[in-house]
Amino acid sequence: MASPTFREVGAAEALELAASGWRIVDVREPVEWNEGHIPTATLLPLADVPARIAEVAPDRDAPLLVHCAVGARSARASAWLVANGYTQVASLRASLLDWRRLGGAWEAPEQLLTPAQQRRYSRQVLIPEIGQVGQRKLLDSKVLLIGAGGLGSPAALYLAASGIGTIGLVDDDVVDESNLQRQVLHASDRVGMPKTESARMTLAALNPETHVVEHRERLDASNVERLISNYDVIIDGTDNFDTRYLLNDAAVKLRKPVVHGSIYRWDGQVTTFVPFEGPCYRCMYPTQPPPELAPDCAIAGVLGVLPGIAGLLQANEVFKLILGTGETLAGRLLMFDAMSTEFSEVKIWRDPACPACGEGSLA
Amino acid sequence: MSNVRIPPVLRETVGGSRSVAAQGGTVNEVLTDLFATYPALRDRVTEAGELSPFVNVYVNDRDVRYRDGLATPVGPDDTVILLPAMAGGAR
Repeated sequence: MASPTFREVGAAEALELAASGWRIVDVREPVEWNEGHIPTATLLPLADVPARIAEVAPDRDAPLLVHCAVGARSARASAWLVANGYTQVASLRASLLDWRRLGGAWEAPEQLLTPAQQRRYSRQVLIPEIGQVGQRKLLDSKVLLIGAGGLGSPAALYLAASGIGTIGLVDDDVVDESNLQRQVLHASDRVGMPKTESARMTLAALNPETHVVEHRERLDASNVERLISNYDVIIDGTDNFDTRYLLNDAAVKLRKPVVHGSIYRWDGQVTTFVPFEGPCYRCMYPTQPPPELAPDCAIAGVLGVLPGIAGLLQANEVFKLILGTGETLAGRLLMFDAMSTEFSEVKIWRDPACPACGEGSLA
Repeated sequence: MSNVRIPPVLRETVGGSRSVAAQGGTVNEVLTDLFATYPALRDRVTEAGELSPFVNVYVNDRDVRYRDGLATPVGPDDTVILLPAMAGGAR
């Protein structure tokens, strides 16, 4: 007596078997299944066949049509099945494209990511809170960085690497040799080059998919609303109170979240302002301090890693704002002391009397 | 004695210390004690006897403006944080 065997069938015959009620078993991997599959099929990856076939097909005499992508894995699965007592097994020896060309039923999910994007961002797509839907949100998002300097450098690098679709950079400065100690977007051979151009070169090399928009200008009252209006989240890495207050008031008016960061020698502060949901900068400090209270890095100095730490904490906030998950720093000022390696925080309240977002404001 | 944290921009007024100890049962008493030791701090933190609008004062993590201002009680184990607006350079 010949040992039991399985039949190999073409796409046309497979369609007939399916129409006459043969059970369809797809032995491909989940990632292939997710890109499209026969709607009546059951997913059972080849490696899982021995352990799980009994629950998928408890009746060994029921007819089974096994398929994979072209017919190799399904042949191996079919050989195992007949060797283990299954009596009616057919393996599709054809491409699934042939099945579809002949009108075989097919179900493909809406593709949120291209195969290249799936590969590139696979490590964060694996995170349950991100997934394909979250990655799509990141790819569709627009983040504006005020300043392509100490805070903007690490933030822009990691945002671009993660696939933020559009990164805008507002800076009218050129790269100075003294910037290179901390502004890691730039490079020694770019001293004298506009910072936005240097940043675009670095970010384009890291992730060509990220669209980098250069705003080679200084934020002022005449351009602030135009600059921020097209973006979803603003990262404030400015170095002076004029810009901070201008940005705050425009962001409250246009309801744009601002991730605030500031640094001084060994100390950094980060918080997130979400207009009308949490406090704004004027809730903390209602009126602008005189300039002598705002020494910048050029005078005070700053440890190189400090903007790195603060800028990445800012980037971390951006993800939560875009993905709509987790707890942002809205209502909390996070303080980092690099000298003692200590984080601490204080609460910030929305001030009902706030001149920008309070009850009496025009917003 | 409560612990008062001195922000980096004010450290020069207290001889470079990151935190100093001060005595008192309210914010006002703690600041008065502090100013007696470090007179240069007074003009940076207060204006005409009131808290400067450019410096926030927290007892532990709470802004005293939302409690009782200068009359906010301070316990011996509390931390008082002085926090001026920080512009903090990116350039």
